[in-house]
Amino acid sequence: MAIQMTMIEAINSALELELERDARVVIFGEDIGTNGGVFRVTEHLQERFGETRVFDTPLAESGIIGTAVGMAIYGLHPIAEIQFAGFLYVSMNQLVSQAARIRYRSGGAFTCPLVVRAPYGGGVRTPEMHSDSLEGIFLQTPGFKVVIPSNPYDAKGLLASAVADPDPVLFLENIKLYRSFRQETPQEHYTIPLGQAKVVHKGNDVSIFAYGAMVNVALEAAKQAQQEADTSCEVIDLRTIWPLDEEAIVRSVEKTGRAIVIHEAPRAGGIGAEVTAIINEKCLYSLLKPVGRVTGYDMPFPVPGVEDYYIPTPGKLLTAIRDVMEP
Amino acid sequence: MTIKRAKANQVPYQILNAEGELVGDVPNLSPERLLELYRYMQFGRAFSNKVIALQRQGRATTFGSLAGQEATAVGLAAPLQSVDWLSTSYREIASLIVRGFPLSTMLYTFRGFTPPDWPAESRCLPYQIVIGTQMLHAVGLGMAAKIAGDPVVSVGVCGDGATSEGDFNEALNFAGVFSTPVVLVVQNNGWAISVPRKKQSAAASFAARGEGFGVPAELVDGNDILAVYDAMNRAVERARSGKGPTLIETLTYRMGAHTTADDPTRYRSSAEIEAWQHKDPITRFQKFLLARDLLNESAIARMLADIEEEINEAVKIAESMPAMAPDSFFDYMTADLTPRLQAQRADLLRHANEKR
Repeated sequence: MAIQMTMIEAINSALELELERDARVVIFGEDIGTNGGVFRVTEHLQERFGETRVFDTPLAESGIIGTAVGMAIYGLHPIAEIQFAGFLYVSMNQLVSQAARIRYRSGGAFTCPLVVRAPYGGGVRTPEMHSDSLEGIFLQTPGFKVVIPSNPYDAKGLLASAVADPDPVLFLENIKLYRSFRQETPQEHYTIPLGQAKVVHKGNDVSIFAYGAMVNVALEAAKQAQQEADTSCEVIDLRTIWPLDEEAIVRSVEKTGRAIVIHEAPRAGGIGAEVTAIINEKCLYSLLKPVGRVTGYDMPFPVPGVEDYYIPTPGKLLTAIRDVMEP
Repeated sequence: MTIKRAKANQVPYQILNAEGELVGDVPNLSPERLLELYRYMQFGRAFSNKVIALQRQGRATTFGSLAGQEATAVGLAAPLQSVDWLSTSYREIASLIVRGFPLSTMLYTFRGFTPPDWPAESRCLPYQIVIGTQMLHAVGLGMAAKIAGDPVVSVGVCGDGATSEGDFNEALNFAGVFSTPVVLVVQNNGWAISVPRKKQSAAASFAARGEGFGVPAELVDGNDILAVYDAMNRAVERARSGKGPTLIETLTYRMGAHTTADDPTRYRSSAEIEAWQHKDPITRFQKFLLARDLLNESAIARMLADIEEEINEAVKIAESMPAMAPDSFFDYMTADLTPRLQAQRADLLRHANEKR
């Protein structure tokens, strides 16, 4: 049966079902036990499944990921929470030199079926390092899949696939989306395949590639573009950031001839750059205009008092849409 | 199991002194097992010397010498059972040999290739290059064993330099908090490449670190195979019986260079090396075995000849194995290759026969 769920409730439901379905699943991190996580994503899980399978760790991100790697090699399916994506930096060696490489290093003898969950994203007035978007870094560090859902339904189905994946998956949850809306979501287990983008709004003039909280920004801009200039935007939710769904990108650009990528993360060397390169390599001659990028600036995510000026808005995206629509 | 808790400035636990004289109780080992340990030590040194020789001839890649650390490397692995796990740095080659890691497979890796048949059943993680990192993996393996309810012990090994890394300290902390069935071993060989022990920590011992994490710790003479074996055996059994982790610091010395790319004359004196030669772990154990008539000179000569033959045979096998296919590393990046990686693999193959 499907009920209205926030993204937090949908992720909690996915975690609960994974603990139920597979005795190898263990969940751990900082404050995830008694407290149910600082965002309550793991609420009631320890109560229900006990402290052996759902447990708090010392406050040490490298320790969390490093021990998770050992547990995964042993044969468990660890789901580790890093309290905020900005703290992933502390565990980078364990993530990219270890979790992502153990299969490679051992010629396939050892594997690391690990899911690392972390909240990210701005717009909620957090202290420094609580809002940063780090996903772009993981394009340069082979071995990790990166998933970023934009709504409760996708979050639950994608997380189930992430847990079933035989390799490490970084699952980033946008903080602003956690409680901003509810959506009809099945209470039962279901999966949404990794690596597949989704057209969330069909259009013919401009392809807008978005993920996470930027999907709703794109939908809002698409609505306004339709109203003010009768511009028909196609909004594509990438959902899996790495590997990218190249076919979906090319299919849409070949139809529209114009493309804009939008993300909160800084611009340089990011998802926008990679999507642009894919378009250049695979369908450059379909383009009527250069690919646009609407992104965070190449700056640290700013202090709360001015963060709204950093994050892409429907207004910024509309400007980019007008640019690519100029004759 | 009783752990002899380390105190600042304490004398390391010893069973055989540098002269090979008994100063403690010999662990309960059969004469055959004692000889086996001796053979593994000789084997480790011969193997290390062989790989260095191969490197000099361009037949092996960079290699870190084991010489001088055989007692620790053998003693830490010998008490383990086949179900146990071992997570080491690149210095513990003899530990892997004790675990049954095939020699030819190891030699193939020193040719610069990933073996097609990595022996997962040896339960040895690939030797870790990033310093200290493997200690957390050892703790994670132990945590998993405990969660699964398996009577399995995990051992992590690092050097003195690694104790300065965050991961080493986090590993001790997690091991303590979760009462993990793990033994964490610091092979204190006095040097982290060119940086001496005293520049890694102002503390009198690394074993003293255990106290701060609530982990019992023991300081052991790392050139005394009987002491290392005994301390490890107690720590492993303590872990297996659910009593939690142990930290063991073994005091030893790297007789050779850090790796084949290092020149130790730049940073340490020959007098220091000579002083440690007097404490050579193999000579020490040999004196003990000779004095007990468990060994004689002709048996040693026979054993060394056997070892040489066994290693040469393994070299022959490793060198006769076909070179790794240039694109084979795509096979084990992830369970399935994306179309993108398939295309990149095809690109590699398209240019594989170019002159380079």
